[in-house]
Amino acid sequence: MMTLSEEELAEELSDGGLTRAPSRVRVVSGRFFSSRQGQIGFAVLTLMFVLAFAGPLFGRWTYTDKDFTAFMQPPSASHWFGTLQTGSDVYAVTLRGMQKSLVVGLLAALVSTALSAVVGAFAGYFLGWTDRALSWLTDLLLVLPAFLILAIMSPLFGAGQWPLFVIMLALFLWMVTSKIVRGMTISVKEREFIQAARYMGVSPVRIIFRHVIPNLSSLLIVDATLNVSSAILTETSLSYFGLGIQPPDVSFGTLIADGSRTAVYAPWTFWFVAGLLVVTVLAVNLVGDALRDAFDPSASRKVRR
Amino acid sequence: MSPVLEVRDLSVSFDDVRAVRGVSLDVRPGEVLGIVGESGSGKSLTSAAVMGLLPPGARVTGSVRLHGRELIGAPERELNAFRGKSISMVFQDPLSALTPVYRVGDQIAEAVRVHQRVGKEAAMVKAVELLDLVGIPRPGERALAFPHEFSGGMRQRVVIAMAIANDPDVIICDEPTTALDVTIQAQVLDVLKKAQRKTGAAIIMITHDLGVVAGFADRVLVMYAGRPVEVGDVDDIYYRTRMPYTVGLLGSIPRVDRGGRRPLAPIEGSPPSPAALPPGCPFAPRCPMKISACDEGEPPLFEVGAGHRAACIRWSEVRPPEGAPSHGGPAHAPPVHPAPGHPEPGAPEPSHPEPGHPAPVHLAPGHPANGHPAPVHPAHGQAGRGQAAAGPGRPAAPEPRERGSRTVLEVRGLVKEYPLLKGAVFKRRVGTVHAVAGVSFDLRQGETLGLVGESGSGKTTTLTQILELAAPQSGRIVVLGHDTARLGGSERKAIRRDMQVVFQDPLASLDPRMTVHDILAEPLRTHGRRPGRRVGELLSLVGMDAAHAARYPQDFSGGQRQRIGIARALALEPRLLVLDEPVSALDVSIQAGVINLLGSLKARLGLSYLFVAHDLAVVRHIADRVAVMYLGRIAEIGEVDAVFDGPAHPYTQALLSAIPLPDPVRERARERILLEGDLPSPADPPSGCRFRTRCPKFRAELTDEERRLCVESEPEVRPLGADQGAACHYARRRDVVQEDR
Repeated sequence: MMTLSEEELAEELSDGGLTRAPSRVRVVSGRFFSSRQGQIGFAVLTLMFVLAFAGPLFGRWTYTDKDFTAFMQPPSASHWFGTLQTGSDVYAVTLRGMQKSLVVGLLAALVSTALSAVVGAFAGYFLGWTDRALSWLTDLLLVLPAFLILAIMSPLFGAGQWPLFVIMLALFLWMVTSKIVRGMTISVKEREFIQAARYMGVSPVRIIFRHVIPNLSSLLIVDATLNVSSAILTETSLSYFGLGIQPPDVSFGTLIADGSRTAVYAPWTFWFVAGLLVVTVLAVNLVGDALRDAFDPSASRKVRR
Repeated sequence: MSPVLEVRDLSVSFDDVRAVRGVSLDVRPGEVLGIVGESGSGKSLTSAAVMGLLPPGARVTGSVRLHGRELIGAPERELNAFRGKSISMVFQDPLSALTPVYRVGDQIAEAVRVHQRVGKEAAMVKAVELLDLVGIPRPGERALAFPHEFSGGMRQRVVIAMAIANDPDVIICDEPTTALDVTIQAQVLDVLKKAQRKTGAAIIMITHDLGVVAGFADRVLVMYAGRPVEVGDVDDIYYRTRMPYTVGLLGSIPRVDRGGRRPLAPIEGSPPSPAALPPGCPFAPRCPMKISACDEGEPPLFEVGAGHRAACIRWSEVRPPEGAPSHGGPAHAPPVHPAPGHPEPGAPEPSHPEPGHPAPVHLAPGHPANGHPAPVHPAHGQAGRGQAAAGPGRPAAPEPRERGSRTVLEVRGLVKEYPLLKGAVFKRRVGTVHAVAGVSFDLRQGETLGLVGESGSGKTTTLTQILELAAPQSGRIVVLGHDTARLGGSERKAIRRDMQVVFQDPLASLDPRMTVHDILAEPLRTHGRRPGRRVGELLSLVGMDAAHAARYPQDFSGGQRQRIGIARALALEPRLLVLDEPVSALDVSIQAGVINLLGSLKARLGLSYLFVAHDLAVVRHIADRVAVMYLGRIAEIGEVDAVFDGPAHPYTQALLSAIPLPDPVRERARERILLEGDLPSPADPPSGCRFRTRCPKFRAELTDEERRLCVESEPEVRPLGADQGAACHYARRRDVVQEDR
């Protein structure tokens, strides 16, 4: 009897081990965090977020404050990053800009890539009328001049309306990728493991999310990585023209636009912002690369080495 | 006779990986040397090294002498003078061996003109002659056709014509028939023999098929892990085997000439990677005769007989697999030391085993295989399903089986046609492909039905029609008692749970982005069950380690992947398993393990199999009944031993007689029924009997009066015995295989 209960106990234990199953999420995240690239990228990105949201608490100035005793002063003890022509503290406005740009850039990239993946995969998987309708929508958005629409809609992006801005940005970034995704879906659909899932009785929508999209993950991750920078840059150029983020709020775009004018003789107005932008994009790229390797099973040996 | 080609100590390495490690061989004029090995054994690299066609980055050492002239390190210009003239090559894939944009006549003429000073006209005349020689009908006309207008078998004939264009001394054939159907393979081998007689060339035949070699080669070289492990005359290799690897290979081939299922003897494990070879004998980790001395160093090739060498330190104790010596002695004689009066005079007297040496190990098919899965967890066994397994393990002797009473799959008059469309914008229907034209069969509980046929016979279409569970174009499909024409969504899903499928290519059918755990959990989750412990259980059911669940399919070998595919199909405890060529992508030694696994699973879980294959030997081994398809119709159907021992349809007879047996003496003595030409297009099938255009009986035996019936009316399958039926007006049973007893 003793042995039997012991056996049962052992089975319970082994079952406990198995319920922590080596599913895809677990394996991918494990591989992501075991790669040097992923660790660094993730750490830097986290650091940037912490800096952007917690950093202002430690500064003596807020981004709306103006120090009328110090115009265009180089970094000093009271103004860590120096001041602007208006007397604003560069440290405060840079971090404020970073908050906006990080959130806008990352969210816009994620939303646009997700949109392109879903639209492309549905169009490619179902074909027929679904494909025609979705392709028509994609083409329509492709021919609409995005910049013009954004410019017209810019009055809406007042204070607190940044989620709308994110959605608008994303809406004009996804079309080309979705066309690529559609094409790749058509070829992936013919592969046997999709047939296997169909004959197993898996529903089409689930096949798309479980088999089709993960198999396009390399493309999608690269696309999302690129989209982060292009979203930040689009926002930058929109803000440069006075659309996008409206004063007194700031973003990397407005800051770089202003700073580039004074960069030559007052480098602190430009280089801190530009440096942080480069570091952000770099970290996003590292995360993207590591994610792609983590998703790609054939890259495993390279990652482990 | 001095050898025309001498290879000494040839090695090929890429970076630090030695893919070919010291190959030495001689080929004499007019001789056929077969090089046999599994994938990755270095056999193709050897031939490429001889031709000087290795990819850049490969380092070659050793010596290759053609008529005494060294080829290794010779300048490119000198090599070009040899290639195509003294040595020519026949590749596996005839489509990529021909340039698609030139007419085949021009391509052959070019091959002639490269090495001979002849005019364009003369070269073209020669090209037409060559096409005629390799048996291409209307060669003058066909010389003007492009490669894509030829069928696979015809293309391979063209490639052979090019290979013999300059009367070469050596023809290297790299898997020349692997991509072809078995009746076409027989034709091409016949052409190769004819070409050899005509040119007197030596042939190096590289293949994985021990049957092809048995009938074709004079001498055989068996390669393993980049090295020859046994060399000798073909009879020595097959009947007086001295290397455990060769014994294993021979024991693991399913045989079309063996009724009564004996389990195959797979070789355990898989071939080593050339980058990580074991310290001693590379075969030692898989060898059932391994002793500690095997790990001490790689054995050289021992001289074990006249012209027979084997790389095994225990060669004197190795015995051929049971049943192999079907001539010159009792077949099932217990494996004893060859008596002094052993019938094979060439066999060397074995050295007396030293005292204390392990007794001779006999590699019988019953030796414990990794294909035997671990016991299933009782909670998930078949007992809870309310249906008992079809019966105990298969009896050793085949008795006439009673067919089960429950029908799990019934197909009646199934028709599937595809429209042939033309035009880019407005598609016009220009014809109809009759992929399946009225197929009927049924499958009972606990039974295996083998569906065989060549490519284009409609077997895959039939399968897809069943798997789709949609209403067929015409006819009826009843799966597990449900007519597919009257199925609701939830019923369809319920049937999907009870009918599962295993695909041909295990790598393609497993999602590369999913872990094995997720792959096995998918069917369970889809049908609302929690995977939990079941995944580990499934893995052990197919003979794998539960710890493998965290890995990706890419991390496994082909055989292991197919086991995962089978485990996935078994996850929901189905009643009907549809197997689409489940072993044809695997190496012979691996294939045996999977076949054994399928056999034991069926017996234990009471499964029914619909087994689609083109390999009749595998079907004979695993199936209870067999249906032979030709051009969308069933030519013959019946109990497997009845059909294989006495096929009644001329097509079945030709098909069976075309299969090469891994038994040289019988292979040489066999009479082949060669079919003429290719499969007619399913878009334009012949009137009346679909087989009449290639039928040897129609051509040779029937009178004009009798022929009229064949032309005018299409034969239905008519019963011919207890459980056998053939769709032929003049069906008569005839033994073409002669069972090996």
